[in-house]
Amino acid sequence: MRQKGVFSTDMTESFESALAKTRREVFLEGVHDGMPIALGYFVVSFTLGIAARNAGLDPLQGFLASFFNNASAGEYAGFTVIEADAPYLEIVLITLVANARYMLMSCALSQKFQPGTSIWHRIFVGFDVTDEIFGITIARKGPLNPYYNYGAMALALPGWAVGTSLGVVAGNILPPAVVSALSVALYGMFLWVIIPPAKKNHIVGGLVLASFALSYLASILPGIASCSSGTRTIILTVLIAGIGAALFPIREPQGQDGSQEGDDRHAA
Amino acid sequence: MQHDIYIYLLLMSAVTLAIRIVPLTLIRGQIKNGFLRSFLFYVPYVTLAVMTFPAITEATQTPVSGALALVFGIGLAWYGASLFKVASACCLVVFLTELVLVA
Repeated sequence: MRQKGVFSTDMTESFESALAKTRREVFLEGVHDGMPIALGYFVVSFTLGIAARNAGLDPLQGFLASFFNNASAGEYAGFTVIEADAPYLEIVLITLVANARYMLMSCALSQKFQPGTSIWHRIFVGFDVTDEIFGITIARKGPLNPYYNYGAMALALPGWAVGTSLGVVAGNILPPAVVSALSVALYGMFLWVIIPPAKKNHIVGGLVLASFALSYLASILPGIASCSSGTRTIILTVLIAGIGAALFPIREPQGQDGSQEGDDRHAA
Repeated sequence: MQHDIYIYLLLMSAVTLAIRIVPLTLIRGQIKNGFLRSFLFYVPYVTLAVMTFPAITEATQTPVSGALALVFGIGLAWYGASLFKVASACCLVVFLTELVLVA
């Protein structure tokens, strides 16, 4: 069903219907996995809405900010700039820094796309590269199927944007105990992504452990601890993944069996 | 307020979307360089791990409940529990722990 080079414009009708069914199934898989993300987003974006209201945004503006950014730290940082009525350049810079990790994630995702995927799929998938959607995309076996991402986005994006809007309108109705409990859902999801590969592959496992340890150190050591958490994430990711790549180069195309015929093994 | 909120939002969104979309549209093929390939293979696991700890202990009302959620989450994921189970177990652990710890 997913052979290369068959997606030409002169598909027969029967093939097209088979393909449509597959897309729909993949889309629904995305919806399924997007559900817990959307729930988590809804709650987190509620608190983000409170920050938006403090910055002077109305519900529509909160909705727009969240729909087009879908980034908690990045949006929060932006709202503080708006609240301070600071120069426009400042919001450009702070957004760039707070969201720079998405650039790393996009680079990593680019390698999961099947070569030849249309530019529109790349743009629309890129539209919503968040920590969580990136996580489930990486966890899915085989080449990236855009319809899976669309399914996840279909719930997660509105969940985030509507949640922000409602947060602007009705700030603090959730009790702190509920906010606290729901705020770890997203971390649970990260663990679900990283732990099974860490169990299977000792190098990934070692890097995950090193990441936990160094991330903790970076949060208490003077100097680096005063950087924003987004900046720390970038520095540590580049450092740890870089050392990992230098010491333990991968030997084969990661888990995409047969999708890269004729690939010479440069890695060693 | 001297600045227009809509212009702020426009700038902010343009930057965020460019960050996400430009690498995906510029890097169209498989990277051949072994170091870069390995680097990008490790990035997801490292970056998600860095973002999880110690942040999970700071997101909750007490660090203990977050730490317990971390332990349970790792345990369940280790034994292959589903996404929904891992995520909801973490929430439940925090809620129950704080029922006891936070008056």
